[in-house]
Amino acid sequence: MIVYLLCFVLFLTGLYGVITRRNLVKIVISLSIMEFSIFLFLALIGYVDGGTVPIVDPADKGVVTYVDPLPQAMVLTAIVIGLATTAMLMAVIIRIYRKYKTMDIREIKNLRG
Amino acid sequence: MNPFIPLYVAIPLAGAFLTMILGKFLPRLNKYLGMIVLVSLAVMSLISMVTVSGSTYIYKVGGWEPVNGIPVGIYMVLDNLSALLLCIINIVGLLAVIYSFTYISQYTSENYFYSLFCLMIAGMNGVVLSGDLFNIFVFLEISAISSYALVAFGVEREQLEATFKYQVLGGLASMLILLGTGFIYWKTKTLNIADARAVLSAGHEKSFYLLTQLLLLSGFGLKAAIIPFHAWLPDAHSSAPSPISAMLSGVLIKAVGIYVILRLFFNMFMLSEEMAVLITVLGTLSMAVGVFLAIGQWDIKRLLAYHSISQMGYVVMSAGIGMLLIARGTRPEVATLALGGALFHLVNHAAFKSLLFLNAGAIEYRTGTRNLQEMGGLARFMPATSSTSFAASMAISGLPPFNGFFSKLIIIIAAVMARFYLLAAIAVIVSIITLASFMKFQRYAFYNTKRENDKTTLKEVPFPMVFSMVTLALICLILSLAAIPHLRDIIFAPAIRILTDAQLYTAPILGF
Amino acid sequence: MKGMSIIVKETTRLLAGLIFLYGIYIIIHGHLTPGGGFAGGVVVAGSLILLILAYGSDYMHLTREETGTTITENLALLIALLIALGGMAFGIKVFFSNWLPRGTAGELVSAGVIPLYNIFIGMEVAASILTIFLALLIFKEELTK
Repeated sequence: MIVYLLCFVLFLTGLYGVITRRNLVKIVISLSIMEFSIFLFLALIGYVDGGTVPIVDPADKGVVTYVDPLPQAMVLTAIVIGLATTAMLMAVIIRIYRKYKTMDIREIKNLRG
Repeated sequence: MNPFIPLYVAIPLAGAFLTMILGKFLPRLNKYLGMIVLVSLAVMSLISMVTVSGSTYIYKVGGWEPVNGIPVGIYMVLDNLSALLLCIINIVGLLAVIYSFTYISQYTSENYFYSLFCLMIAGMNGVVLSGDLFNIFVFLEISAISSYALVAFGVEREQLEATFKYQVLGGLASMLILLGTGFIYWKTKTLNIADARAVLSAGHEKSFYLLTQLLLLSGFGLKAAIIPFHAWLPDAHSSAPSPISAMLSGVLIKAVGIYVILRLFFNMFMLSEEMAVLITVLGTLSMAVGVFLAIGQWDIKRLLAYHSISQMGYVVMSAGIGMLLIARGTRPEVATLALGGALFHLVNHAAFKSLLFLNAGAIEYRTGTRNLQEMGGLARFMPATSSTSFAASMAISGLPPFNGFFSKLIIIIAAVMARFYLLAAIAVIVSIITLASFMKFQRYAFYNTKRENDKTTLKEVPFPMVFSMVTLALICLILSLAAIPHLRDIIFAPAIRILTDAQLYTAPILGF
Repeated sequence: MKGMSIIVKETTRLLAGLIFLYGIYIIIHGHLTPGGGFAGGVVVAGSLILLILAYGSDYMHLTREETGTTITENLALLIALLIALGGMAFGIKVFFSNWLPRGTAGELVSAGVIPLYNIFIGMEVAASILTIFLALLIFKEELTK
């Protein structure tokens, strides 16, 4: 149970970073920390007591307990999605730097009201 | 199994990749490829709307059959609710592509636009057709990342700031949705929506259930821009190019926001009174706050974006009333009426809000400004734009004979019959304030003849834009016929039955 | 941008080919060992990015758009989609089914369509990460010019 609570603490750390940091790159890094905490949580869900790596070895006879491979497949897909999101954010940050000449989020407030 | 179901996702994906390849060799033929893809999708969705009435088509991707009665593998499910939304997505998408033939020529790198647009359509089709929780997440991310890139398409200062805000909040929403999916997998050991319903109905812990519902409501509420999750919508929808604003506000917040909330809360979770009250309260707040923030706006597209929040509040409030009545188990015919009003308003809003955004784009294309205080007297120079804009403003304010009147009437009657007099009064007041706001828009943009300096260069917008706007105005008029009880039974009644009775959804999938 | 010192250049010249080969090994054995398309594609892209970083982008003639990687990426995905649609024409006529013969478990040529998917997804991931890197590099060049 305590490992799930630690994952949640990591999620809250990332959320704190997104809310309070001023630099644009730090916001993106905090968003990545939030994503990684959820990947950790998903991978921990599929743990079976006494299970081994879910790869079938043809030389193995007898009943073998595997851990659940479905959350691991979910995490692989979600990692690639997280990569696409982060790459998109980085490209937008570079363009913002070229237009606004600053990376401080308090200076970027053209849209109001 | 119906072989056309995976084609809804495969055709726009193939179109997106082909557009990028052909764009390097034949740069001017790309828009026609995009139009061919969307014409075929629109025709397929209309045919499926006609043939699917009452039955459910299931497609088992990969051919994996159920083992011991438990579904393994990913299912794609086409029932009436999905067919309704498929029609909205593909028809509005087709008209937006035709509009953007001439509108996008003012930006560089056109073939990226059509490729990203086809990817967004593929993602939305996938969300609507999916019967599996994680598949919804993957297709939602495909359409969301494409829309982030499309909002920032002409790279100016406001567009980049708007897309940054949109991306951070969208990323937060995706994280909450993934966390909710993880919780559902933890307790039910399955990702299939129908199978999760079967496991959850056998018994669940109360606290975990409430946490999962709140997480999924927050995640999809961020995507659907309900109060208090609306902060990204005015910036993103007002800064985007106009056909993309029409797609975002007219289709995206419905297909990946409201549709998934309806599907999960009616067909996966057992209904509880607390969540129904929460959803009704959020809908009412969205209605009121959206329209009060919209009154003081002088920017056309920001005004329309705030009105989007308000109209989505109508849909959510009506769905919440239906959910509350079904959870209490009393007066099922009023619940049917409320859900029918919600679905009808969903379809209507797609039609008239897209038309309003396309009109705003036409105004900006000719006059170069979006500020209402700088324009005036356009009715003489742009007759098609002004007449379609008048039709759409009448529709959104709820005046007969346009479609908005009938859907708002059904919602208000349902609220009165369920004895929620306060909600009905708020709905009427919000409608009156919407009318006032659009009267201001019409007067300042089209009929104000005090500012007539150097308007000699104004003409009507090019033909593809006029074609899209007139077609959407005709659809607004034709949809008001759907309030006739016979047509309402054909188009909407099977979808409402699927929402009110979850057995109709799960029984064909689980095979009994 | 300029390249790095001569020690880095010589070491990279020895190592880049081995890293590329290791990435291809991960991609091809995706149905036998952990890895597959995504992880192997990232390693292949990593080896090419290492070359660009060590030798400097002055050696490459960067055009305004990165044409080669974009065409590779989209072509690989198009072929993967065609293989998935091929499941509707052969075999059990279902989208995304496994329609090539399966063979015996544990061999390199086995498991039907899965090695083909791994190869094309590996090509696509490598090309797309290269496209991202080249796009950011071209931004930076235009910023400092």
